[in-house]
Amino acid sequence: MAEHCAVIGIGQTKHRESRRDLSIPGLVRDAALRALQDADMTWKDIDSIVIGTAPDMFEGVMMPELWLSDALGAAGKPIFRVHTAGSVGGSTAVVASHLVQGGVHEKVLTLAFEKQSEANAMWALSPAIPFQPQLVAGAGGYFAPLIRSYIRRADAHPDTGCMVAVKDRQNGLLNPNAHLHLDQTLEQVKASPMLWDPIRYSETCPSSDGAVAMVLVSEKHAGRVKNPAWVKGTSVRTERTFFAGRDQVNPAAGKLCAKDVYDEAGIRNPLKEIDCAEVYVPFSWFEPMWLENLGFAEEGEGWKMTMEGKTKIGGEMPWNMSGGVMCTNPIGASGMLRFAEAARQVRGTAERHQVDGAKVALGHAYGGGSQFFAIWIVSSER
Amino acid sequence: MRDVAIVSFSQLPSVKAIDAADEPELVQPVTADAMKQVGLTQDDIGFTCSGSTDYLPGRPFSFVAAVDGLKAFPPIRESHVEMDGAFALYEAWVRLLHGDIDTALVFSFGKCSLGPVPDILNLQNDPYYVQPLGLDSISAAALQAQAMIDAGKATERDFADVVARNRRNAIDNPNAQIKGDFSVDAMLEEPYLSSPLRKSFCPPLSDSAAAIVLAAGDRARELVKRPAWIRGIDHRTEPHALGQRDLTTSPSSTLAAEKAGLGKGKGKLDVAELHAPFAHQEIILREAMGLGEDVNVNPSGGALAANSLMTAGLIRFGEAASRILSGDASRALAHTTNGVCLQHNLVAVLEGE
Repeated sequence: MAEHCAVIGIGQTKHRESRRDLSIPGLVRDAALRALQDADMTWKDIDSIVIGTAPDMFEGVMMPELWLSDALGAAGKPIFRVHTAGSVGGSTAVVASHLVQGGVHEKVLTLAFEKQSEANAMWALSPAIPFQPQLVAGAGGYFAPLIRSYIRRADAHPDTGCMVAVKDRQNGLLNPNAHLHLDQTLEQVKASPMLWDPIRYSETCPSSDGAVAMVLVSEKHAGRVKNPAWVKGTSVRTERTFFAGRDQVNPAAGKLCAKDVYDEAGIRNPLKEIDCAEVYVPFSWFEPMWLENLGFAEEGEGWKMTMEGKTKIGGEMPWNMSGGVMCTNPIGASGMLRFAEAARQVRGTAERHQVDGAKVALGHAYGGGSQFFAIWIVSSER
Repeated sequence: MRDVAIVSFSQLPSVKAIDAADEPELVQPVTADAMKQVGLTQDDIGFTCSGSTDYLPGRPFSFVAAVDGLKAFPPIRESHVEMDGAFALYEAWVRLLHGDIDTALVFSFGKCSLGPVPDILNLQNDPYYVQPLGLDSISAAALQAQAMIDAGKATERDFADVVARNRRNAIDNPNAQIKGDFSVDAMLEEPYLSSPLRKSFCPPLSDSAAAIVLAAGDRARELVKRPAWIRGIDHRTEPHALGQRDLTTSPSSTLAAEKAGLGKGKGKLDVAELHAPFAHQEIILREAMGLGEDVNVNPSGGALAANSLMTAGLIRFGEAASRILSGDASRALAHTTNGVCLQHNLVAVLEGE
């Protein structure tokens, strides 16, 4: 690694079910301008752009970065498009950080977006593929059996998922950019309709329009702000979709991805050495599952942390302070929102959802049917 | 910055249709062969990156299936770009600069046989103002070719000369789809597909897959006698709207070539593999990068002889590198384009030791 990399600018749109007030170029430009402003920079300062979004079919524009080049002031610059399923927002930020760390560029704008109101993602995720049974149930239908399996294996308390939903929605109330602002009680969540047993309506993420951007720079430029977030570890890991013995409940790719970043960042005990985490939890039960997968809890014990309130702001290990994917889900941007929230926490700019004294934070994204993982660890100290 | 080299290359012959092959069946043979050439298996690979587009198979996340063509367990460090495989090579090059791993596998696949590609490519245009016009890729390229003629920069005969040379070069390329001695006069008798483009001035549509192995520093020297070192690599884009560009030039290629160090370094350029799907685009690119008559352009036949979308660019890198690996060339240029009328261009300069 030739250079240290720091996040010095973060910007995001307000996320809503439908941002009819903004075109797609308007959406990405809004997030990018906010990140530039935060970094005390203008378009001219940017050397290179790395953009990520989920399948092009969600908006019906093939390789939209070609079209969005103008809105992002990319003419004469490199613009690079990453696409790694739901983990894309994370993988995109990782590529941007490597451009800086490898010494290729000094000032990189990275950005992710999704305008889900342009299409219907649930059905876009359920195409009829020749010679394969059609999954006519969207992502929830895919993940429900894995959650059932988790509950059985861990003998988890049946309210765990509802507890996560309540906590994340309470956190979302603190975040003016969040899509959902729902003041829900446990009883209300438990009374919501069952969609894919055991996933209730209130335990699912919304479909959102939104974009998020970050400015990543080399050490030379980090002094532009007084509170850079230093990138301490990054990893992307993938496993096959089909093979005998695959554990989709506690996937090896997620465990290995976490090990990579802990090794790189010099972390031995994530529960003790990390102050908070923003983790991709699109269905509430994934909080306890990922607590175990990422090594914050022993196998079978993750749900206890949730039930004991340890993952609340002010708890032992706050998770999803921004309200997470449960409150805001512009799919292609959801991963980068997690990475950006981790950086905001260690920069001390998370406003009402700030964890007091957060110095080290983890951002996480996953995608596909839990084959694709991206993680980074950021710190207030270089 | 670490030295990174291309150490092996494999491709499936480009043909009109590879029937009954899904993503793993396209990917497995080329990745396995590229690794085998240098005695590696997936377990030896530090990073894997691929390029493809969902709009060819017509379904989201088509690259997910491609991973099943690899031995991706234990889980691998892996990424994907919705761009030509040459851009996946760029990401892999960036990843190797990190210094913690020494090898990378790059691959891409594209089956043009699955849909009406020129019409699909209209979806790359501005969805509000241009897509409704139905500007398919051949019509868009025709606007550019006509601009060349109007500017006095080329004639239809020049286009035909480019095609004849490329397809003649392809005679020696077992992986090319269209090859042979084609008469310039006969080409000029063909009806227009979209004036001034005749069928021969346009690329074929192919199915193919390709893979490249990269290695850094001494690891590359261990794997092959003569690595094809990536001396410089850079990509640049231009404004999207056709009306905002001078379509007869390619300033992004000029800039990318300069940043890739084409003007620096020792020795002359022996070979250039240009990703110019339409005949007139080769003329634009040669001028933009200052490639004279002494440079052997597209000894493989280029994209006019074999044009699998998302793979044709990576194949340019493989073809250029192969000539260095074999000792036939000392310095080569590899180029890939992306978008309508050469909007976005990637250039690398490759050298032997």
